[in-house]
Amino acid sequence: MGVRTWIEGWPVYRQLTGTDPLGRGAAAKSAASKALTPRTDTADSVARSICPYCAVGCGQRVYVSDGRVTQIEGDPDSPISRGRLCPKGAASLGLVTSDLRQQRVLYRRPYGTEWEELDLPTAMDMIADRVLAARDATWEDVDDRGRPLHRTLGIASLGGATLDNEENYLIKKLFTAMGALQIENQARI
Amino acid sequence: MAEAHPVGFQWVMEAKRRGAKVIHVDPRFTRTSALADSYVPIRAGTDIAFLGGIVRHILENELDFREYVVAYTNAATIVTDEFRDTEDLDGLFSGYDPDRTSYDQRSWQYAGHETNGQVDTATERDTAAGLRHESHGPPVAGQAQRDETLQHPRCVYQILKRHYARYTPEMVERVCGVPREKFQEVADAWVANSTRDRTTMLVYSVGWTQHSVGVQYIRTGAIIQLLLGNIGRPGGGVLALRGHASIQGSTDIPTLFNLLPGYLPMPNHAQHPTFEDWCTSIQHPGQKGFWGNARAYAVNLLKAYWGAAATPENDFCYDYMPRMTGDHGTYQTVFNMIDGKVKGYFLLGQNPAVGSAHGRAQRLGMANLDWLVVRDLFMIESATFWKDSREVETGEIAPERCRTEVFFLPAASHVEKPGSFTQTQRLLQWREKAVEAPGDCRSELWFSYHLGRIVRSKLAGSTRPRDRALLDLAWDYPTEGPHAEPDAEAVLREINGYEIATRRPLASYVEMKPDGSTLGGCWIYTGVFADGVNQAARRKPGGEQNWVALEWGWAWPLNRRILYNRASADPEGRPWSDRKRYVWWDAERGEWTGYDVPDFEKTKPPTYRPAQDAVGVAGIAGDDPFIMQGDGKAWLYAPSGALDGPLPTHYEPVESPVRNPLYGQQANPTRKVYERPDNPTNPSPPEPHADVFPYVFTVSRLTEHHTAGGMSRTVRHLAELQPEMFVEVAPELAVERGLTHLGWAHLVTSRGVIEAKVMVTDRLTPLRIEGRIIHQVWLPYHFGSAGLVTGEPANDLFGATLDPNVLIQESKVGTCDVRPGRRPTGPDLLDYLADYRRRAGLDGHHPPIVTADRDGTRPADDGAPDDETGPGRQRTDRDSHEREG
Repeated sequence: MGVRTWIEGWPVYRQLTGTDPLGRGAAAKSAASKALTPRTDTADSVARSICPYCAVGCGQRVYVSDGRVTQIEGDPDSPISRGRLCPKGAASLGLVTSDLRQQRVLYRRPYGTEWEELDLPTAMDMIADRVLAARDATWEDVDDRGRPLHRTLGIASLGGATLDNEENYLIKKLFTAMGALQIENQARI
Repeated sequence: MAEAHPVGFQWVMEAKRRGAKVIHVDPRFTRTSALADSYVPIRAGTDIAFLGGIVRHILENELDFREYVVAYTNAATIVTDEFRDTEDLDGLFSGYDPDRTSYDQRSWQYAGHETNGQVDTATERDTAAGLRHESHGPPVAGQAQRDETLQHPRCVYQILKRHYARYTPEMVERVCGVPREKFQEVADAWVANSTRDRTTMLVYSVGWTQHSVGVQYIRTGAIIQLLLGNIGRPGGGVLALRGHASIQGSTDIPTLFNLLPGYLPMPNHAQHPTFEDWCTSIQHPGQKGFWGNARAYAVNLLKAYWGAAATPENDFCYDYMPRMTGDHGTYQTVFNMIDGKVKGYFLLGQNPAVGSAHGRAQRLGMANLDWLVVRDLFMIESATFWKDSREVETGEIAPERCRTEVFFLPAASHVEKPGSFTQTQRLLQWREKAVEAPGDCRSELWFSYHLGRIVRSKLAGSTRPRDRALLDLAWDYPTEGPHAEPDAEAVLREINGYEIATRRPLASYVEMKPDGSTLGGCWIYTGVFADGVNQAARRKPGGEQNWVALEWGWAWPLNRRILYNRASADPEGRPWSDRKRYVWWDAERGEWTGYDVPDFEKTKPPTYRPAQDAVGVAGIAGDDPFIMQGDGKAWLYAPSGALDGPLPTHYEPVESPVRNPLYGQQANPTRKVYERPDNPTNPSPPEPHADVFPYVFTVSRLTEHHTAGGMSRTVRHLAELQPEMFVEVAPELAVERGLTHLGWAHLVTSRGVIEAKVMVTDRLTPLRIEGRIIHQVWLPYHFGSAGLVTGEPANDLFGATLDPNVLIQESKVGTCDVRPGRRPTGPDLLDYLADYRRRAGLDGHHPPIVTADRDGTRPADDGAPDDETGPGRQRTDRDSHEREG
């Protein structure tokens, strides 16, 4: 490193000679921070998304590098949110990348005292068996006057309201075809 | 709003900067209050008295927007002379049946239409029929007698005036604890800002719905906004701030027991045994408005469900539909679980152990299932009740005696799946998928599609009639990617609907045919895939279009951003003022035009008058903006549709320390109750022992947390920002009860006990009510035992008593005791609660529903147990304590 470079690297020198006399910007920048680029600049892709918390519907931009979400920011194009996010929306990177997220199926057998592991296809198959058994055990064809009922009151569901419209559509369609009526969600609560 | 919807609140601040006056009415001083021009503390549960006072102020002084009111509302309509008001009957309307605790609505009808209103209101309550009216009005005949001078003693205007005559500023002060001057300031500001040139917006958060009179709260707001001409106009309206990303969508495409997509009713076994019965009940033949086409909407849904199997010959597989016989709502279902009637339960992104009222009933219900499937991002309390719940501590649940089999399936997050959310103003916004979901995490789309696929494959070859509905189901969605995820856009196309022969997406629900040649899964969403384009994915920047931003996302119906916006023009079709122009009639081009998509037939001129016998859309006049209503008018007075009365009336909350100052009838006489030993209600006047639970408590959100905490107590930044459960109490109450700031307190109701850290603060104002001080305490409801930060769930304090129209529980107000120090632990807790119930006289006793003095002898004031049983009052003698693990 030459003397000149060394002197120019000194913040006080830059503050006195440069465009940042108050030393709050360029003058205070270290070589390390100078070399930094925002994750948003280097992302492989950006997905246009919507915040998953309340129903204001703020726009989000989801930045992805190497198949991982690296940053979530407010979408300045949104006429609803104009780029802003509240503490929850701003923390949603922490939501989706949290190491506390469950990533494996867990199973608790009747009278069990601990969780056990179970693979997903087996769990799906077991659930399907239980749905059909519960449906058969509680099926009602007609009421006491012979009018159709075509239903089971042995199966119930309570959904959140952060699910997608397409998801709710399939849930309602499937359960209705199953004859299950007690399908509810947060909107009742 | 600043607390729970902060980014939406930026627009309130924009308005304030441009001169708008912001008024905040709330039991607690919040971050919204801090930024408002005026803050009005109010006793929780008294909003109808407060707003009714505003209605009285408008009517007594004739401050209404007369031209709008006469032309666009039913103010001029004459009501039958059989109608009797709550003023005449001590808090009941005419037609009340004390055995069924519901109304015969015939005496509420328009004059000449007394045969309307012949509905079984007890059944309507059990099936939450009010929800069906979210997208349209309830039935009413088209032509009605009117007196446009508004002088007829039985016209709606005069009825309204008499009904609210006693809601004076003095009465508002007595009921709400709001000083007269403060009330007058709000009334004056609201009226002064509601003119041809200016509009006022009423914004509520959906805590308003969580009352035993929730629907009537909102109706009172709507009455004011209609009287002042603030509906259908820019800057006006009654705006519901909903609390979940797609809770509007979850109602439009409902996972609700009583609804099908687009607010079509789930068939009822007695009312709709046949397809014709069902269609007729939706269509209301002879009625005006867009529900005249309901048969097409119904056929298109059945075709979307059962595809080629659904034909005109088999009534489009109508017989495959399950039938309701009564209340199948979430609280009835939970009590059925406790009683051993339910075998399996799915929780799809929902945490009722913390988030639903009466947490103990929720957990005991789950402990009495054959199996439970929990799908969530994080491990939540509803998945672990069998090993770490409060009931394990008290010995009511023991893991080795609890038979419920539990499957926990991890869910994909919002960035790991494409799909649409419908936000609080009916706007659909599409999300792109950013990354693949990790591990076993899958979307609900994946789960429901593959569960259906597996179930169908297991039934293959079955000849049982009950299996036809599953085997004939149109369930052939394309899948993609390593996990065979169903194509969400293909599902959205089906929701939108298409012409079956060509698969051409429909552009509007008016293209839906009743003959089976088109299909569509949700008629109000038709148009979201118009021209084969996913309209919900449109992202034209806000800065590149006008302020209505029609090219960002897509709103139902047909991308209309303000409903009933025909009302933004006068009867002749001219803007009410230049400043407030929005949608108007362009006479030269012979069409409606403006900044928004007109919510009116595009070429129907303002001068159009229907023939005397015209029905359906043709029955709507050119100056009737409320096109989904049976008479084309907005309803100040509801002759049907609201089960608890044609006009909002102040009733005390089901649990209140105050005797109703307005009527002998204490609480909503049509509320839905579950009279069971495991669902006690704290006594309120005129019952004795109300002093055992002397304080009012209310709950709400913190900015930093979300509902039951599953998506926030697990997130590091948020957990750090709000790390602990607390209760806010006024300094005066802290002195009265010996509570120390940052010390512990516990709160007790007849259902449960929770403990919390004490925050002594003047954010809560002691209120002077009827000459004494009423203290209110406030709690956040986000906490539970899982996650990074924990605390006891406030919802454990509530029981289940519901609004009769929509079956939503009263969980924004109750009574409690507040004690210093921590709560008892283990089995001692049960004794502690039992002692409270004994002192409150609650052993086997439920409060009487009727307390009105209708004939001079006020019933049940002696507190005697009331043994009436009826459809609205379900009881079981089986105490859940007897249940075996």
